[in-house]
Amino acid sequence: MNTIQSVLLSCRKVAVLVMGTAAIICSSTVMAAEAAHVLIIQDHRFQPAELVVPSGKKIKLSVENRDSTPEEFESHDLNREKVIAGKSTATIFVGPLAPGRYSFYGEFNEKTAQGVIVAQ
Amino acid sequence: MFATAVIVFREVLEAAIIIGIIAAATRSVAGRSRWLIAGLAAGLAGSALVAASTDAIASMASGIGQELFNAIVLGIAVLMLAWHNIWMSSHGAALAKSAKSVGNAIRDGQQECSILLVVVGLAVLREGSETVLFLYGISTSDGSGASSMLLGGLAGIVGGVTAGYAIYAGLLRIPMRWFFAATGVLVLLLAAGMAAQAARFLIQADILPSLAAPLWDTSVALPERSIAGMLLHSLVGYDPRPAGMQLIFYVFTLAAIGLGMKWVSQSHRTNHHKGTA
Ligand SMILES: [Cu+2]
Repeated sequence: MNTIQSVLLSCRKVAVLVMGTAAIICSSTVMAAEAAHVLIIQDHRFQPAELVVPSGKKIKLSVENRDSTPEEFESHDLNREKVIAGKSTATIFVGPLAPGRYSFYGEFNEKTAQGVIVAQ
Repeated sequence: MFATAVIVFREVLEAAIIIGIIAAATRSVAGRSRWLIAGLAAGLAGSALVAASTDAIASMASGIGQELFNAIVLGIAVLMLAWHNIWMSSHGAALAKSAKSVGNAIRDGQQECSILLVVVGLAVLREGSETVLFLYGISTSDGSGASSMLLGGLAGIVGGVTAGYAIYAGLLRIPMRWFFAATGVLVLLLAAGMAAQAARFLIQADILPSLAAPLWDTSVALPERSIAGMLLHSLVGYDPRPAGMQLIFYVFTLAAIGLGMKWVSQSHRTNHHKGTA
């Protein structure tokens, strides 16, 4: 009786733990799923060149490369780098960011491909 | 042309430094150059394959395939570096003692050492695929400067390889007594740096939380794009704006391999004493 009770109790503890973890994972995916911010690469330029995002929460960037050549999204301010093949779209997660300006560029076409993310 | 040289140099440098350290660490492995060349060739062939399928890789796992791919390649490299270092620590003392006949002393360890040569292929695969993509992009762009840009790419490759060779040649000048300790420390730091990089890719893919990002910011004092910053990045995994999770991976890898080396060398020693007593 006692053992059964304690087993049941520990089972419940485990269940709560598992559910809690699942809830955390789910909430983070829900958070990630909401509102992707879109950046477009065209003629080796970013559009918009200045993207305003909310501060203090995780941001999902959807970067669409309309050029036929590959580009590398790179930002030292955001500590991110990702190669985006020609005619394709990539997902990059950034933040949560403190309010401020974070510059990024296309490493393969640095002269023209420049942009900034403004968190506010 | 200059910009192209710099971009290619940066990519090649990282792989070249890893190859330089590993070529030095495996100096006494018979048939090492054959392994090195095989690793390089496999890495280059893999790079072309990865570059050609960037599109497919990126779209895998709902857009985070590239991060997963990088994290897995880095993870395998870290495991191999860890295995090698822990194995070496059990024989390190014996190797140092019989420095005059190193060739004989580690004949039984050659297989373990050759594990390191796979890391060469993995390093080339990771850094090479971006370089291949970049050069391919240049060669197909109809701009008039395409050939001068390719020339720049070539200059970048030569520069990176030279730096890697300089590291290799420098390591070979270390006296035998210190040699295994020195390459051991370098391999340990390489592994920790790679683990931190893997963590960064997993954060970027939203698989791991960043935990306090950035933890510190030394990008003004020592930018990652400066020569010193690039060298430190390749050698010890320097990141001017690391996330907390990256530091955890770095320290954990350092501690796990360090403790493994210590534990193995101690148990080796006590076994040895028991045997002779
Ligand atoms: Cu070895």
